[in-house]
Amino acid sequence: MVNVQPLKSVSVRPEDRSQEANNPTSLVEKFGTDEPLRLDCGVDLAPFQIAYQTYGTLNADRTNAILICHALTGDQHVFNQNPVTGKPGWWGTMVGPGKALDTERYFIICSNVLGGCMGSTGPASLNPATGKIWGLDFPVITIPDMVRAQAMLIDRLGITQLFCVVGGSMGGMQTLQWTAAYPERVFSALAVACSTKHSAQNIAFHELGRQAVMADPDWRGGRYFEEGTHPHRGLGVARMAAHITYLSDAALHRKFGRRMQDRELPTFSFDADFQVESYLRYQGSSFVERFDANSYLYLTRAMDYFDIAADHDGKLAEAFRDTKTRFCLMSFTSDWLFPTAESRDVVHALNAGGVRVSFAEIETDKGHDAFLLDVPEFLDIADAFLNSAAAVHGLPVGEAGQ
Amino acid sequence: MTVHQQGLHFSLAKPASPSLASYRGDHLLVAEMIPSGAKVLDVGCGDGDLLQLLESRGIDGRGIELSREGVNRCVGKGLAVVQGDADTDLVNYPDDAFDYVILSQTLQATRQPRVVLENLLRIGRSAIVSFPNFGFWRMRLQLLVGGRMPRTENLPATWYDTPNIHFCTIKDFVHLCDDIHVKMERAVALDLHGRPLRLNAPWWFWNLFGEQGVFLLERVGK
Repeated sequence: MVNVQPLKSVSVRPEDRSQEANNPTSLVEKFGTDEPLRLDCGVDLAPFQIAYQTYGTLNADRTNAILICHALTGDQHVFNQNPVTGKPGWWGTMVGPGKALDTERYFIICSNVLGGCMGSTGPASLNPATGKIWGLDFPVITIPDMVRAQAMLIDRLGITQLFCVVGGSMGGMQTLQWTAAYPERVFSALAVACSTKHSAQNIAFHELGRQAVMADPDWRGGRYFEEGTHPHRGLGVARMAAHITYLSDAALHRKFGRRMQDRELPTFSFDADFQVESYLRYQGSSFVERFDANSYLYLTRAMDYFDIAADHDGKLAEAFRDTKTRFCLMSFTSDWLFPTAESRDVVHALNAGGVRVSFAEIETDKGHDAFLLDVPEFLDIADAFLNSAAAVHGLPVGEAGQ
Repeated sequence: MTVHQQGLHFSLAKPASPSLASYRGDHLLVAEMIPSGAKVLDVGCGDGDLLQLLESRGIDGRGIELSREGVNRCVGKGLAVVQGDADTDLVNYPDDAFDYVILSQTLQATRQPRVVLENLLRIGRSAIVSFPNFGFWRMRLQLLVGGRMPRTENLPATWYDTPNIHFCTIKDFVHLCDDIHVKMERAVALDLHGRPLRLNAPWWFWNLFGEQGVFLLERVGK
C-alpha cells in the first residue's frame, strides 16, 4: 500500500483547551444580566465577558487610546508572549516603543473578539444557563456584534473617543464598522487589507473551511468537548486551505518553489515530498493546538455576513456621510482575498461622503498576510498617518514625524 | 473674447516667510487664490508639495494621484491622498463636493481634457487649472528652426514616451473655456522662472512669452 500521512493527531486535554476561553491570562471585563449585548440575530447575550490586553498609559485627558482589532485567527496578545503558544505577540512590526503604534505615546487596547476562544465569550465558553460549553448553542454573531461588545468595553474603560481604531483583514472590517456605527467615537481609522463586505470568493473559501471541520467525525455535531474528541484533522485542513489564500503564488514560489522536503527524489507516495506540503501541514497542526473549531465556524460566518452597505439601503457612501474621522486605507498588490479594487470601492464611497481619506496600495508579493509582516513601506505610511493625526489631535508626535 | 486678465497681489521677491522660497511659483500663485478654510481637491497632486502648502495655510486639502509612488509619498506626509486617475475617477465624486478643484500641470496628460474640465467644475464650485503653454516662444522656435518636437527643462520627455498627450496653448485653452461656457475669474501667465508676466499685456504676448498659464475658473450661473 502507498505510504499515506494524514495530519498528525494532537493531544490537548479538553479542560486545557477551555481554560484560556473561560479564565484567560488577560484582563477581563464581565457584563452581567443587567447589561445584555443585543445581537443582530435578535438574542440578548448576558452575561458575557471580554478579555483584553493593554499596553502603554492612558493620558490624563483620555485622548491617546488606540483600539487594535484582531483578525480571524488572531487574539488580544498583540505585544506580549502568547499564553497558549509561547510565541511573541502577533503584531511586533507595528506595535512597540518607537513603532507606528508607539507604546510610549499611546494607550493601546486589544480585546479578544466576541465569539473568540481566548477569553471573550464564545462557543468554547461555559454557558452559565446550562453549566456546559456553549458549542453550537452559542448564537450566531456578526462583525457589528463584535464592535458593539468592544464599545461596551471602551465605555467601561472610561474612554469617550478613541484616537485611532486599527486593524487588518477581519480587524479592518471591525475598524470600518466602528467608523460607520460610532463615527464620533473614532478620531482616526487605519483599515488594512479589508473591505466593507465579504466577496463571494471569500465566502466560498470560508464554506470550504467550515465543511472540512464539520466533515471530521470527531467534530460530533459541535459537542467534541463533552465527547472528549477534537476535530483537529478537519480544522487543520480548513487552516491549510485558508493559509494558501493568505499568501500568493509568487510568495509560495519564492519560499518553496518545487523544492523537496529532506529528500532528493519523489517517494511515489502521499507523504509530504514537497516543502510546501510540509509547511502547510505544520500550519494546520499548529493552528489546531491554539484555536477552537467551533469558534472558527462562528467567526468565519461573521465575516461572511458582513456588508456595511446593506445596512444603509445598499448605499455605502451613506454609511460614512460627513463623518469627521480621518481614514487611511491600505491594500497589497498580491492580496487576492481583499484585492485593491475592493479598497478602491470603499475609498470612492468615502470620497462621495466627503470624508478625509488616504489610500495607498503597497507593492509586495507577500499576499494578504503582508499586514502582519515586515513591509517597510506599509509600516512607514501607517507611522506617518498616525503622526499626522496625532499632531491634529494634540498628541505627541514620534521622532520620524517631527 | 470677453475675458479680462486680472492682477494678483503677489510677489515672489518678498515672501511672507523664508520657507515660501522653497515652493514653486505656480504653487504659490494657486495658494494665493484660495481662502483659508476652503475645501480643496488637488487632481494629479504628485508628491503633495502643493497640498502641503495649502494645509499649512489652513486649507482642507485632498488629493488624487495616478502614480503609486506619488500616492505613497503623499500619504507618508500625512496628506489625504488616494490613488486615482483624473480621466476615470472624477465621476465618482458628487456634485459640489469641494470649494476648489485644482488641476496643476496635469490637463495635458489627460485623455479627455474637455470632460475632465467639465468634471472639475461639477465637483468644485471653482477650478484652478495650470498647464504648460505650447505657444511659448521657445517651443515655437524649436519646431520652426529645429523641425523637431520641442523639449524643455520642464517638459524633457521625447514625443514617444511623454505622458503629455494633449498639449495646448494659452489661446487654445481660452477658446475651450468659451466653448464650454466657463467663466474665467482670473488668468495669469508665468515666465520660465515661475514669475507672473506683466498684467496689462495682450493675450498674444502671454501666449508667446508665458511658459505656463494659471486660470481660476467658475461655472457660469454659479
